[in-house]
Amino acid sequence: MRLTYPAEVKIIQVPCTGRVDIIHLLNAMEDGADGVYVAGCLEGECHYIEGNLKAKRKVKYVKKILEELGIESERVEMYNLSSAQGARFAEIANEMVDQIRQLGPTPIKNSNAA
Amino acid sequence: MIVADRKSLDEILAMVEGDKKILLVGCKGCVTVCNTGGLKEVEILASSMKIARKKAGKEIDIDTHVLERQCDREYVEQISETVNDYDAVISMACGVGPQFLSEAYKEQKFYPAVNTTFFGGATEHGVWEERCAGCGTCGIHNFGGLCPIARCAKSLLHGPCGGSSNGNCEINKDTECIWDSIVRKKMEQGQLEDLLGVKGAKSWKTARDGGPRRSIREELVQGNI
Ligand code: SF4
Ligand code: SF4
Repeated sequence: MRLTYPAEVKIIQVPCTGRVDIIHLLNAMEDGADGVYVAGCLEGECHYIEGNLKAKRKVKYVKKILEELGIESERVEMYNLSSAQGARFAEIANEMVDQIRQLGPTPIKNSNAA
Repeated sequence: MIVADRKSLDEILAMVEGDKKILLVGCKGCVTVCNTGGLKEVEILASSMKIARKKAGKEIDIDTHVLERQCDREYVEQISETVNDYDAVISMACGVGPQFLSEAYKEQKFYPAVNTTFFGGATEHGVWEERCAGCGTCGIHNFGGLCPIARCAKSLLHGPCGGSSNGNCEINKDTECIWDSIVRKKMEQGQLEDLLGVKGAKSWKTARDGGPRRSIREELVQGNI
């Protein structure tokens, strides 16, 4: 299976989405990312029991912070899929890129990243 | 512990609106335990402030530092070399922190990032409740171990008022009437008569009413024991 996903997506691997913290998502936004999404395992199937559920709560919290900052909360999302769903992975990447394209570039200027 | 809530981002940003170089100081004491001003919260606030300023196209340079405690001079001293390099310093400790900082560094401006609310504890993850009002003369053993000074809206000492209804206080249906709980507990223990005695008027001199308080421990003042 050869699947393509948009080149705009930069992948950062973590052992479990439970490792993703609020500050990681905020730092990505602060450094000029137009959007960030967390791709966790399916709910109920976390190898570490509830890493993905914790990530979901953190994403929700970051959305709240973005709203407080007057930034579209849709720039940060959480998705769930299994490692066997390659096609779904590509689909999600496209979905997220489309969503961000509609929102346009990040309003966070003077950023270090392109 | 001392419980505090963070001020809104807008309020914090407004306080330091004209300042470019800012130091954000957290505390590893109570505010870390109540998830308001520890390392994580300091980093989140710093990042949020940077995002807000970048969005507005304004300059900002924030450094962070988390002190062991802000209510001890020996820890407050740890920022002595850098504290005056900033336009402003924001403290994420309870109200004691920015005061200890202000007393130690007279040239600098210190802003509180949190609203200090009460002495209490967590009753579930993310929920804190008041338990003590620091009256200076603890008598909770007279009330089944439950404090009516801090937990009764009227600080009544001889039983519930007429507003007690179905275990709730008249001020709010989500607020427990602590007198209902005290009476129930004493009934369950078969010790209701303990509540019947008339207590003398409580002296509030040891509470805030007596003015700012001070605790002097002679044996420590004289040196290490
Ligand atoms: S009686 Fe006073 S010291 Fe004791 S818990 Fe109540 S307010 Fe605090
Ligand atoms: S209803 Fe209970 S807690 Fe509320 S003021 Fe009356 S006695 Fe105090």
